[in-house]
Amino acid sequence: MAELDFSATEIMTVAASRLLKNGTVCFVGIGLPSTAANLARLTHAPDVVLIYESGPIGAKPTVLPLSIGDGDLALTADTVVSTPEIFRYWLQGGRIDVGFLGAAQVDRFANINTTVIGPYDDPKVRLPGAGGAPEIAAQAKEVFIVLKQSRKAFVDRLPFVTSAGFLDGGDAREKAGITGGGPTAVITDLGILTPDPVTRELTLTSVHPGVTVEQVREATGWDLKVSPDLKTTAIPDAEALTALRDLQARTAKAHGQDSSGGEG
Amino acid sequence: MALITPLREAVSSLVRDGDTVALEGFTHLIPHAAGHEIVRQARKDLTLVRMTPDLVYDQLIGMGCARKLIFSWGGNPGVGSLHRFRDAVEREWPHRLEIEEHSHAGMANAYVAGASNLPFALLRGYTGSDLPKVNPNIRFVECPFTGEKLAAIPSVRPDVTVIHAQKADRRGNVLLWGILGVQKEAVLAAQRSIVTVEEIVDDLEAPPNACVLPSWALSAVCHVPGGAYPSYAQGYSERDNRFYKDWDPVARSRDGFLAWMKRHVLDTGDFAEFRRVLAETSGPGTARQEGA
Repeated sequence: MAELDFSATEIMTVAASRLLKNGTVCFVGIGLPSTAANLARLTHAPDVVLIYESGPIGAKPTVLPLSIGDGDLALTADTVVSTPEIFRYWLQGGRIDVGFLGAAQVDRFANINTTVIGPYDDPKVRLPGAGGAPEIAAQAKEVFIVLKQSRKAFVDRLPFVTSAGFLDGGDAREKAGITGGGPTAVITDLGILTPDPVTRELTLTSVHPGVTVEQVREATGWDLKVSPDLKTTAIPDAEALTALRDLQARTAKAHGQDSSGGEG
Repeated sequence: MALITPLREAVSSLVRDGDTVALEGFTHLIPHAAGHEIVRQARKDLTLVRMTPDLVYDQLIGMGCARKLIFSWGGNPGVGSLHRFRDAVEREWPHRLEIEEHSHAGMANAYVAGASNLPFALLRGYTGSDLPKVNPNIRFVECPFTGEKLAAIPSVRPDVTVIHAQKADRRGNVLLWGILGVQKEAVLAAQRSIVTVEEIVDDLEAPPNACVLPSWALSAVCHVPGGAYPSYAQGYSERDNRFYKDWDPVARSRDGFLAWMKRHVLDTGDFAEFRRVLAETSGPGTARQEGA
């Protein structure tokens, strides 16, 4: 994509941010989701309400938080409540429109793994674990997942389901008694995947400009279905790109490094 | 009433081998000084409880203080893996570490249940997750009124909880603000508690609904300015992000980690000396010290 004036990560972030409508109440994971959600707040969705699991409600950080408990989140929030209150009253209470999550791995039914690669009792790689994701994935009215696409990340079968997407597909999620609507979009650096309305299998519905369907298939660990109405993702507009780059420059200046993040 | 006492004495009298110990603080107000003191006093066989075991538990686990870890997210925030935690889980170094793994919602509810003197926490949780398959302490019960299936997990009831806070008054009443995490619940769920504070003042000047932990609900209050470092105390210090980043290469190798812990923790008398040594050596955090 060298001939275009934005990077794959930038179009992923902008595409993810566009999905967040103004006024939405969004439970935000740290890292890519936080970048996309704050970009939405700084561009088309000034009244989006950002909730972080550490307690800030209505956070309006001036730079991207490096950790989920950065002081800036508390200082810019409408209110800061305890972590039990966040999970009990605000998430379990049914007040979250969108859960915005990252993942180490997803499968074809948008289930998420952030726990282990390999067997649980003898892991090849021990990942950080669940954090808030299982209940966010289950209880938000809908869920966006943002992560870079590769065969290692998009696997046919997860070694561990940390957080439920559509489980085995079809109506498995509803039958399990999960109340929230589940994932409605998986946004990657190559395109956007959305669940089929009946089978719930992730289907490629949009490719980013300059990316071929073959590239996306190559980066997917199962036989990826492609929508007959496949679209090309709109290129990021200048306003969004500028806002994103300014935000990241401010963040780098404040933290002295990149803006990837974690929960602790 | 809480005793206002040096941290060394508080740890010596209140933290015992084999205890269940919770050091809480959600990125903010992490009681690092107390973690160091537990390492210095070489406590063993601890069951460590913490929602987000980050550097503070990487150090305790790597130094062999822990038998078991109860947690919901174990990483170096903003950086990546906790290498000592991973080495213990993946390769049983320095010895086997039993893990009991939850979600944040589960842990937060378990602390609330502990503080509420209930045997278990009840929540809508874990549905569809594989966590109940690997953690026998996640079970499901039926609501006696509606028949709904709900998750149940045992309360967290630590023998001792340790937190850091901004202020205490001279009677040992404690005020904290900013991101509060589960600190209040963790203290009230525990048999004993230690609070390290930035400063001790004549009057807390706390508004009526502020988060104040009364002296009579605490065991010990210790004056340890900067005791959350490299975490932060809102209104007093900034998080030293560089330390978290620099911790990664230190914790990657067993020898490098042990040498760092000897130089900075075992060979220092207290947290103030640790900060002085850190400022002089080339270890984590040296690039940004006071006022960073």
